[in-house]
Order: sequence, then C-alpha cells, then structure tokens
Amino acid sequence: MLTMLANILIDGIAYGMVLFIIAVGLSITLGLMRFINLAHGAFAMTGGYVAAWLVRVQGVNFWLALLAAVLTAALIGALLEALVLRRLYRRSELDQVLFTIGLTFVFVATTNLLFGAEVQLIPLPLLLSGPVDLGVRTLPAQRILVLLAGLAVSLFSWWAINRTRFGVWLRATVDNREAAAALGIHIRWVFGLAFAFGAGLAGLGGVLGAELMPLEPYYALKYMVLVLVVVSVGGMGNIFGSLAAALLLGTVDTASKYLASGYGSLFFFAAMMLLLVWRPNGLLIKAKA
Amino acid sequence: MTTADLSTTSNPSAANAAMASSGVRNTAAWKHCAVIALLGVVAWFVFPNQLSLLARIAIMAILVISLDLVVGYAGLATLGHAALYGVGAYAAGIVATRLTGDPFVGLAVGALAGAITAGISGLLLLRYEGFTFLMLTVAVAQIIQNLASKFSDLTGGSDGLSGFSIKPLLGFSFDMQGRTGYVYAVTLLIVCYYAAKRVTDSPFGLSVQGIHQSRPRMRALGANINAQLWKLYTFAGLLAGIAGALSAQTNAIVGLDSLSFEISAEILVMLILGGAGRLYGALLGTVIFMLLHHTAATINPYHWLFVIGGMLMLVVLVPREKLIGWMLPKAWRNKMRRA
Repeated sequence: MLTMLANILIDGIAYGMVLFIIAVGLSITLGLMRFINLAHGAFAMTGGYVAAWLVRVQGVNFWLALLAAVLTAALIGALLEALVLRRLYRRSELDQVLFTIGLTFVFVATTNLLFGAEVQLIPLPLLLSGPVDLGVRTLPAQRILVLLAGLAVSLFSWWAINRTRFGVWLRATVDNREAAAALGIHIRWVFGLAFAFGAGLAGLGGVLGAELMPLEPYYALKYMVLVLVVVSVGGMGNIFGSLAAALLLGTVDTASKYLASGYGSLFFFAAMMLLLVWRPNGLLIKAKA
Repeated sequence: MTTADLSTTSNPSAANAAMASSGVRNTAAWKHCAVIALLGVVAWFVFPNQLSLLARIAIMAILVISLDLVVGYAGLATLGHAALYGVGAYAAGIVATRLTGDPFVGLAVGALAGAITAGISGLLLLRYEGFTFLMLTVAVAQIIQNLASKFSDLTGGSDGLSGFSIKPLLGFSFDMQGRTGYVYAVTLLIVCYYAAKRVTDSPFGLSVQGIHQSRPRMRALGANINAQLWKLYTFAGLLAGIAGALSAQTNAIVGLDSLSFEISAEILVMLILGGAGRLYGALLGTVIFMLLHHTAATINPYHWLFVIGGMLMLVVLVPREKLIGWMLPKAWRNKMRRA
C-alpha cells in the first residue's frame, strides 16, 4: 500500500513536471502576450521527434540530441512567430485559436508523412536508464532528471521574467506597447525571443516526457488539451501557479490511473473544474469576492 | 426595442440588420426555409446514390446552427459542444434499445436530453467568460465522454451502442439507400432552421446579440444577462440533442466519438468557414466542409489534415469576402459587389 502511494506520488510528480515544462511557454504566450497558441504542443512534438531521430537513426549522443531538439523547437517557434504568428497578436481569440489549430493539423500530417504513424522511442543513455539509490529508496534516474529539470525551469523562468533586464522589457511591452516602443524597447525582438524561449522549453518537455507521453503524430493534439488545462488552472502568465497546477493535476491523473483505471481522464477534468471554479484567476491567486 | 437602439449607437451594420429583420421577420424565415427545401429536393434528384451522405450533412447542419447560436450570436467560444450532441445521440440510442423503436419518442427524448445537459452545465459554465468558459466546456465534454465510456452497461462503452432498430417513420421504413433518413433529416433541418431564425430575430435574440456586443451596456439597460444566456444555451442544447438523436436513428449506431473533442473542433471549423453570426453561414460552412472531408478523407486521413489545416489558416489570414470571391465565377462576383 505504502509503496503504491509512493509510486503514485513519484510518477505523478514526474508527469506533472513534464506537463509544467511544456506549459511554461504557453503560460508566457497566453498570459503575457495574450496570444492563444494551440500549436504549442506541436513544438513539444517537434523536440521529441528531433531527439528520437538523432539518437536512433543518426546515433548522436543523447545529451547533444537533447540540445539540438531544444534549439530546433526554439528555431521553428521563432520562424513561425516572425513569419505569421505576430500578425495575429491583435486579432480576435477565435482567429488565433483557429489558425493555430490549423497549424497543429499541418504539423500532425507532416509528422506522419515523415515518420509514419508508429510510436517513436528515444533510447536513454546508460546514466539515465538505471535506477539511482537515494538511501531511502531507489528511483529511476530518468524520473530524477525530469524532476530536476522541472525545478530548474521554474526557477530560471521566474528569474528571467522578474529579475532580468529582458523580463523588464517583456513586462513593459505587455503593459503598454506604445510606451515601451517609445522608450526604445525593440518590441519585435522581445516578443520573438520570449516566444522562441517558450517553444524551446516545450521541445525540452517533449524529449524528457517521451516515456510518459508517447511520441506519435497525434501527440500535438492529444496533449495540447492537458497543457491548456494546466495553464488555465495555474493562472495565465503565473509560473509558480502553473507549477502547482501541473503537480496537482499530474498526481490526480496518475492516482486515478492506478486506483480507478476505468474512468479514463474523468478525475483529471473533474479536478480541473473544481479548481477553476474555486480559483478562476489562477491557483495561487485568491478569487475576488 | 431597446436592443435596436443600443446597436444603432454601437454598430451600424448590426443595427441595420436588426431593423430590417424586425420588420420582415416572418417572411425572411419562410424564404430561407423555402430555399433549403428547394435545395433538398434538387439534391434528392441529382445525387440519388449519395442520400446517406446528404443526410449526414443535414444533421451536421442542425448541430452547426446550434453552435452558431452559442458562438456567433451569444459570442461564447465553446470547444465542448459535442457533449450536447452526444448526449442526445446516446439518449435516442438507449430509448431505441431499451424502450421503443418509435422514432418520434427517441427524437423527443434526445432533444430533451440535450436541453437538460445544456441547462444543467450552463448553470455553472455561464458564470464564466472567455478563456475560462472555453476550458470549462472542454472539461464538461471530457467528463461526459469518460462517463459514457465507464458505464458500458448502458452505453456499450468503447464498442458503442448498436444493434437497435428504428420503427418505420409514418409508414416509411429506414432503408439501405437512406431515403427515409434523408427526408427525415432535411425536414428537421428546415424546422430547426425556422425555429433558430425566429429566435435570433426575436427581441430575445436581439438582446442576446446585444450581450455579445457589450455586456456592461446591456446590464445598464436592465437585461438579466445570465438568464438570457442560459435560455439561449438551453435552446442550443435542444437543437444539438435533435441532431444527435437524428444521427443515432439514421445510422443505427452511437459511438464514443459522438462526444469527442474532434467533433467540437470540427463543427467550430464549419461554422467559421461559413461565417459565424449568420444562420445561412452555418449551412454553407457545413456543406463545404463535409464535401471536402468526404473527398479528401477517402484518399488518406492524414491528407485530410493537410487540407483542413491549410483551410483553417487561409480562413484566418485571408478576408472572407476575398475567399468567396475566388470560389465564385466572375459574373457572380460583380453582382455581389453591386449588391
């Protein structure tokens, strides 16, 4: 019983961390840039597929492949932002939703065309495939990496937004574009970089989460809803809110898979509804009376 | 009356439409329905081998009209509309398996199930706006789908509900060519279109459009926003339930996919393609989408995703007038410009 509880907790937290790493970028674009990007899951998928292809077909070292995956996702994100997405910042929410769903469909179809419909695996290096003895109990090394990466991402994102010059620029641009531009902030670069940063993190999440969220062409659609749920429950643009929401929902989902497998993702969505009703502006923000 | 005044000040084109429609309300609804009936008769003779496809299009059109009420008129972006449709389908399917094969009883129960689902979920959903509303509609649909999957005694689980038969409709049995199904679906499409048109042109419909344009203003005018939206949402649920029941009865099968996120997303695409906020736009979008789907999906399902993805991006990037202009012959284009 106790081991099962521990397993649920560990798997749930690892799952939550993956959701969180992917969600950060969406939280930034949605909360700070007010852009509903439903193609965000496609960036995660891109990262995962690039890593899988490099490691398996090209025989590249895992860590190098990871880096390449993150950079590729960031680059594709930056290109898309520069070419089309920035034109949609001032359009209606519905337009943004439709365009990015369309983009996701094209990603799904392209992925299938290039790699086929079967699940892609990313072989892990020796260092990650074994268990690690923590003294209290042993954990799979991959889970530990996911955990550490999640923590690092949350701290780094918070630092980048709240403590750096770039974060000041970003927040200033979000608050008032005209004033920020008048002060000499290069708005295009700020938004472009923030977008690429989020896309790169999604790529990272796609690689690290490949064990929990199998890579297949419909990945971009399947997990998009989950990531959106995390962002909406955590509060848009709220990094730690997203972290809390991801861990909570990840644990709920894992627990329901262990304990009540017939119900699918019912408890995940029920938890989401309760949390949203309780705190509509974000998990860590008290609702106004 | 107050709504017409309001829209005069905020949006001249909507005000014109409102004034024009309140004057010739009844004739406009009848004219549109006559056109649909005429097209229905023509399609019967031109494509006698495609009647089941045409029936599917008519059923989807009812669902998209229902969605148009919520998205186009009330301005509530939803990605969970399949919940109302699927509940209607399952209700009609369960009635046919357990109680009676009478199509009208199944239809009534399906419509009621859709309305009740909308009414109950609306009590919660309509307290929220924008993105929160959108996400909550997704959650409601997902929860209902998971429940349907879990309670397989009643719903057949992932195998779906099948093996039920529907009694003849006014003496005409549901045949293999889908003739009865086609007439049934088109007739109900006309009825639903007429009802929706009358509702959107009524003072109530205008006040809902007023809420879409400016909530603070309508509140200041004394409108009870939540009550108005709730009524509209429940009515939309009724129509969606009818569409679901029709689909269950004409196909004699109900699957979990009738509650899926994909349907919610697809009907939104159909609506936007035809133009939200106009009922004939819902019809147009459904026909274009279903025909494209039928042609592309038979070749390869993934190619279909290229088509639909590209279409979605095109609809957003290129203004609709231009897009329609490309499709129409030149003579029509000039005529439209003059009109």
